[in-house]
Amino acid sequence: MALFEARGLIKVFGKLTALNGADLTVAENEFHGLIGPNGSGKSTLMKCVAGAEIPTAGKVTFGGRDITQAPPAERARAGMSLKFQITSVLPALTLYDNILLALQAQTSLPSLVFSRTRGVLHDRVMAMLEQFRLVDRAAESASVLSHGQQQWLEIAMALAPEPKLLLLDEPTGGMSLEERRVTGELLQPIKKRCSLVIVEHDLDFIRDICDRLTVLDQGSVLDCGSVQHIQSSARVQEVYLRRV
Amino acid sequence: MEIAVLAIGVLLPFVLKDYLTVYATRVLILCLFALSFDLVWGYAGIMSFGQAVFFGTAGYGVALIARDLGVTSILLVLPAGLLIGLAFALVLGGFLLLGRHPSSVIFVALGTLTGSYAADRVARGWYYLGGQNGIPSIPPMSLGSYDIVEGPVYYYLVLGILLLVYLVCRFLVRSQFGLALAGLRENEQRIAFFGYQVQRLKAIIFSFAGAIAGLAGSLYAFHEGFVWPNMLGVVMSTQVVLYVLFGGSGTLIGAVIGTVAIEAVSFWLSNDYQDIWPIILGVLLLLVILFRPAGLISLILGERERVGRFGRPPRERE
Repeated sequence: MALFEARGLIKVFGKLTALNGADLTVAENEFHGLIGPNGSGKSTLMKCVAGAEIPTAGKVTFGGRDITQAPPAERARAGMSLKFQITSVLPALTLYDNILLALQAQTSLPSLVFSRTRGVLHDRVMAMLEQFRLVDRAAESASVLSHGQQQWLEIAMALAPEPKLLLLDEPTGGMSLEERRVTGELLQPIKKRCSLVIVEHDLDFIRDICDRLTVLDQGSVLDCGSVQHIQSSARVQEVYLRRV
Repeated sequence: MEIAVLAIGVLLPFVLKDYLTVYATRVLILCLFALSFDLVWGYAGIMSFGQAVFFGTAGYGVALIARDLGVTSILLVLPAGLLIGLAFALVLGGFLLLGRHPSSVIFVALGTLTGSYAADRVARGWYYLGGQNGIPSIPPMSLGSYDIVEGPVYYYLVLGILLLVYLVCRFLVRSQFGLALAGLRENEQRIAFFGYQVQRLKAIIFSFAGAIAGLAGSLYAFHEGFVWPNMLGVVMSTQVVLYVLFGGSGTLIGAVIGTVAIEAVSFWLSNDYQDIWPIILGVLLLLVILFRPAGLISLILGERERVGRFGRPPRERE
């Protein structure tokens, strides 16, 4: 059974139809890439998945439950986690507190007030910082990190609550080649723990880590299948790859 | 820093003349009021531009309880003031903050300002509340047969309450809940995607701050012996914004320092420069806001210390 399913998503902004009946299915522990030329609707589809936008029509289910109208917080509590396209770490807070903030989101109010989970979560915070090679800078403000490190911190924040479905919108945007390579390495171990939907322009990067790809064009799904299938798809090569 | 301010506060009545102790008591009550605004704006990023509505309604509430019911016991009137502030904040907060979509800063600012203005107009127009003149001659607060009147006893009572509220706020803003508030202030949308129910968080801190403003309002009513419409209105609401901006929002001690500084400077200027003191004060405020946007406290504390740390830094573990 699919972990996540979106059927016939339509999203209209004024006169612009950003999504025109798009479908997306993600199985458990599957790494799924969303690709397509600029303006094809990738980010809008991602926003509809995460709850940042409510689709004009269509249905979204997660773990068999209809979440089409659910706000982002409810989706997060159900096990969905998002890394935004534009880096949105909290610059005034330390790296440690950024991760702790993500981790404690589902702690009850009395426990937050009396800081009951601060000690319990400490090891998990440190483990995430260690995993993303940021442990030495735990006590520094997030504002002093390089762009690439801020992207890693945000991926770590999204991953910290151990989501069932991780959504990454252009995680390597603005990174150097070396940082992209390291990001690929950092993402590989999470495959055993959750499913992933990733929007990315770097086709080499996405080919290396994804099991399946969905190709969007003008708000609709052009093709969907394994990486090999997409690479050999005449339709994709015709409409998408030639433009890139 | 906090200890030094407390020590000065404890010693002050010993060195001040009686009329200045009365003035200092009023300033301490305003510090309590400033803490309530600092919690919502400085810590949670909610621009409550009508914070005086909670201060004033509680003041009017306890004045009516004292006048019409003859109840002046400190054990009843202060909790009543606190509850009135809390109840009004719950209603206004529920309306402004618990909508289907998160409210914008401007919406909340204008909504609270409108609430404050409306309350002021109602008080001015309602005969039962004394109209323009307010409610005069409120009997003094009492403990048993002892009347607590303005002077050193009232001063230490307010200082004790301020200290208690300050410590509760300090505990709160340094807790994991405080981290959630910091997240709310820094990037509300981001933390909603972590699973935080941001509107609920906002309504909770807004109501808590309303309760503190209510407590301050009831202390103010009994201290002054009368309540008047300005206590509810835009003037008082703006004044508390200035206290906090001047001292440094997002730090509890900043709110206290800002209130004391503005009130002390106003007192001194109004004595020595009777005609032009509001202009001098205005220029001073502008200078601080222009050149020290983080307030006077930023002269002493850096950005890192002001934001604070919520988790254990790694070196403490080793």
